[in-house]
Amino acid sequence: AAPLDYARGVVTLDDKPTSFEAASTYNNYYEFGTDKADPARTAPGRLKTRPWSVVVEGECARPGTIAFEDLVKPHRLEERVYRMRCVEGWSMVIPWVGVPLGELLKRFEPTSKAKFVEFVSLADRDQMPGLRVPILNWPYTEGLRMDEAMHPLTILAVGMYGQELPAQNGAPLRLVVPWKYGFKSIKSIVRIRFSETRPATAWNDYAPREYGFYSNVNPEVDHPRWSQATERRIGEFRRRPTLPFNGYAEQVAGLYAGMDLRVEY
Amino acid sequence: MARWLKPGVFALSLMPLAWLAWRAFSDDLGVNPVETINRTTGDWALRFLLLALAVTPLRRVTGWAPLARLRRMVGLFAFFYVCLHLASYVGLDLFFDWQALLKDVAKRTYITLGMGCFVLLLPLAVTSTDGMIRRLGGRAWRRLHRLVFPASVLAVAHFWLMVKADIREPLLYAVILSLLLGSRLWRRGRA
Repeated sequence: AAPLDYARGVVTLDDKPTSFEAASTYNNYYEFGTDKADPARTAPGRLKTRPWSVVVEGECARPGTIAFEDLVKPHRLEERVYRMRCVEGWSMVIPWVGVPLGELLKRFEPTSKAKFVEFVSLADRDQMPGLRVPILNWPYTEGLRMDEAMHPLTILAVGMYGQELPAQNGAPLRLVVPWKYGFKSIKSIVRIRFSETRPATAWNDYAPREYGFYSNVNPEVDHPRWSQATERRIGEFRRRPTLPFNGYAEQVAGLYAGMDLRVEY
Repeated sequence: MARWLKPGVFALSLMPLAWLAWRAFSDDLGVNPVETINRTTGDWALRFLLLALAVTPLRRVTGWAPLARLRRMVGLFAFFYVCLHLASYVGLDLFFDWQALLKDVAKRTYITLGMGCFVLLLPLAVTSTDGMIRRLGGRAWRRLHRLVFPASVLAVAHFWLMVKADIREPLLYAVILSLLLGSRLWRRGRA
């Protein structure tokens, strides 16, 4: 993949990053197969990431279709080393390269009616063999509340480990919301919609009791079928305790003041 | 050929473990080795359980009597892989955190079902020797060993409830199990 020009280490962790090898071969990207090894095998040859454009629509003053280059170019790329906690109970530390989502969204001038942002992934049967299996209601969709989307920790990533995103990691453009379970960080985005009402999201649609709209990492609220109290950091043998908001409570807990996180999981 | 049947199947039945050990030895267990060991031993436990259930129908269909001699051995291999699976869960995954284990068994349906399967299979393994068959008597022994049927249902359910969304694999096992159990019901109905 092509190297990227970016500002190094804007948000970093003491945690040691996961190996690139692991982060790019152990992926949940069901559009390319449900085995974690599938995406690395099937996505790189199939996913066509250029030309790429994103439709921006809904409650904003400047909707339109924008080419990937024009979407990203006005921004300075930053490296953000974030924890990534999957809802399945494993985690990684990934040096992403991207732009703060909030800054990017402002360019489209969301109106006062924009309370949520919806994201939609590419769903092209010719490129994505996994779409033939009706596991989720394709295309994959995700959503954030406006304040979550505008939070400085939320980024749109175009790279990782200093290079362009590998196809299996959601090239060319994916969301990264480090305090939420990994599935919220939708891959290969083709559509961004500002809306007044809470959008439907793929995993919440599939099993609302198991995957909430918020899906903030929370060791206190178990998945109905497994515990979320601990996680296995890829590359480590022993499980480690999972942190509230994946360790970003100081920065983001305020977003949820007054909410019962057992109900709004 | 019948002479080599048992030693041959014995050696073959050890292959999944040998392969796993080889992968562990050559650092080839993938990104999440604990998960790989847990999944692989679980897969083979389930496969051997179904294989053990397939011996009798297969003998009837083929009329090849020597197959009957395989049943106990294949069944014990199923239990062997169940034990490995349980050991990897308790030892590798939970690292002998007994409190977490108790919580899991009590709270998580698929763990409860898996444990139930183990508990049902335990007396079958214990009573698998010739001496125990004699002591129990053929009738009581056969009745006891019908526990393998609910145990295999629990095993498939355990797998089914574990997967996140893609149920194709547990569904395949469920279909095979239904055929194996169905063939027995069908025979009883005709007898």
